[in-house]
Amino acid sequence: MSPARLQLQNLCKSFGPTKVLADINLSVQPGEFVSVLGPSGAGKSTILHLLTGASSPDAGQMLFDGQPLSRASHRFAFMPQGDALMPWRRIIDNTTLGLEVQGFSREAARAMVAPLFAEFGLAGFENHYPAQLSGGMRQRAALLRTVVQERPMLLLDEPFGALDALTRAQMQRWLATMWTRHRWTVLLITHDVREAVLLSDRIYVLSARPARVAHEFQVPLDHPRQGIGSPALADIEAEILQTLLNPED
Amino acid sequence: MSNSSAAPRLLARFFRHAGPAVASVSALILGWEAYVQLSGISPTALPAPSRIIVQGFEQREALARHSLATLQATTFGFASSLTAAFLFSILIDFFRPLRRALFPVFIITQTLPLVAIAPLIVLWFGFGLTPKIVLVALVTFFPMLVALAQGYEATDRDISALLDSMGASRWRIFVMARLPSALPYFFAGLRISITYAVVGAIFAEYAGAARGLGIYILNAKNNFRPDLVLAAVFVSATLTLLLFGATVLLQRAAMPWTRLTETRP
Ligand SMILES: Nc1ncnc2c1ncn2[C@@H]1O[C@H](COP(=O)(O)OP(=O)(O)OP(=O)(O)O)[C@@H](O)[C@H]1O
Ligand SMILES: [Mg+2]
Repeated sequence: MSPARLQLQNLCKSFGPTKVLADINLSVQPGEFVSVLGPSGAGKSTILHLLTGASSPDAGQMLFDGQPLSRASHRFAFMPQGDALMPWRRIIDNTTLGLEVQGFSREAARAMVAPLFAEFGLAGFENHYPAQLSGGMRQRAALLRTVVQERPMLLLDEPFGALDALTRAQMQRWLATMWTRHRWTVLLITHDVREAVLLSDRIYVLSARPARVAHEFQVPLDHPRQGIGSPALADIEAEILQTLLNPED
Repeated sequence: MSNSSAAPRLLARFFRHAGPAVASVSALILGWEAYVQLSGISPTALPAPSRIIVQGFEQREALARHSLATLQATTFGFASSLTAAFLFSILIDFFRPLRRALFPVFIITQTLPLVAIAPLIVLWFGFGLTPKIVLVALVTFFPMLVALAQGYEATDRDISALLDSMGASRWRIFVMARLPSALPYFFAGLRISITYAVVGAIFAEYAGAARGLGIYILNAKNNFRPDLVLAAVFVSATLTLLLFGATVLLQRAAMPWTRLTETRP
């Protein structure tokens, strides 16, 4: 059996006296959409910061395609919890950021992202500044900036957390369609159970801080899922909510 | 927003914003004029605005020559202090311990009373342009340094983390994120410092100079000509306002994204 794309083993992390991650074990297969659900402050963002190298674990292993992850490998395209768009760059130049850092000229990078604007619902807004876009459009721009880097795996930290309920539901269905088309390997952080169920192949539920993996759920349904009135989805959603609300069971 | 409509709109906005200020200043001048005319106070004690204007106009060539000297000192001094503040801000952003070593020294320079330090600087550097440049730099360097250092710190941590995850070097992160994030702070510092700069130059000239509004004011005072003192004060105030306006225009040009909220599609 080929190694997992990402494998985390016995990952521990403390900030001073605060033990944040107690013992994290999880894996992501190539082409798989995996979500991590957990209460606020559990340490979900911390897991992603360990992966991007922003901080290092106290103990445990991080394997990428079977190899230990090194600080300089840059395997991930990361979308931080805020949209992190630069207010002083036009949308097109925000989306090319990763390519520019990789060494592409601004012109070459623009030529690479321009054809994707329509698919991301941003056509005609290339030369706008972030302040001129709605919340949903800003998130799509941030997502476009993430996927054009063509890294082997995407790390998304609550991409729709700041949106109103209606926009969030629209964005989730849009992402479901996009993922079905592109089949990226994704690790998604969220505290929205419905979002996790709608999008994921597998879901890890974390305990409160110090975090460990409390449960793992499979979602064996075809993509893209419609989400509305599907009894299979509703069943899984209820089951996960049950474990989140009664962590002792 | 089309370019052809920009100019009249700007003018309309200027009058909307400046209208109340123009009205209050006019009222002040009219009241002053009326008081001098009705009370019969001596022009060597309090000259009327009309007298200041007439005498100032007669002295226009001298005033222009001295203003030019002050403007020159201000711009040279300010330019050198800006350059120094920018270089130092980068240094302390990359080498944190330097900040703790240097900031106390800089703060001490800000506690020196100008009245005491200006004659000393003239004593050391002579009556030419140099002492003025030094004094202007002294009063503007630290505010600019603090503004820049604060601006770098205001960088969105998500943006830094994002660039870091993309593999950007520290210098790259500085140029792409920290520097643009500091722009609003930089311009706020610039607006304050430019007014200090003019005052600093005049102070240096007042302590002794061949040319400049400061020395002109000193001579007028010694000749019992308060009307010319006030004429020079009026010119220096105008100079400061013009420089202030220039920084505002510069900011608008440098930060086009900050005035887009009203043109949201
Ligand atoms: N750099 C740091 N220094 C000190 N403490 C930190 C640091 N980063 C995170 N923490 C702490 O670790 C804990 C977990 O933070 P984290 O951001 O990972 O939570 P989260 O699960 O992403 O929460 P949320 O859902 O609210 O985003 C918090 O208590 C936080 O205060
Ligand atoms: Mg978080």
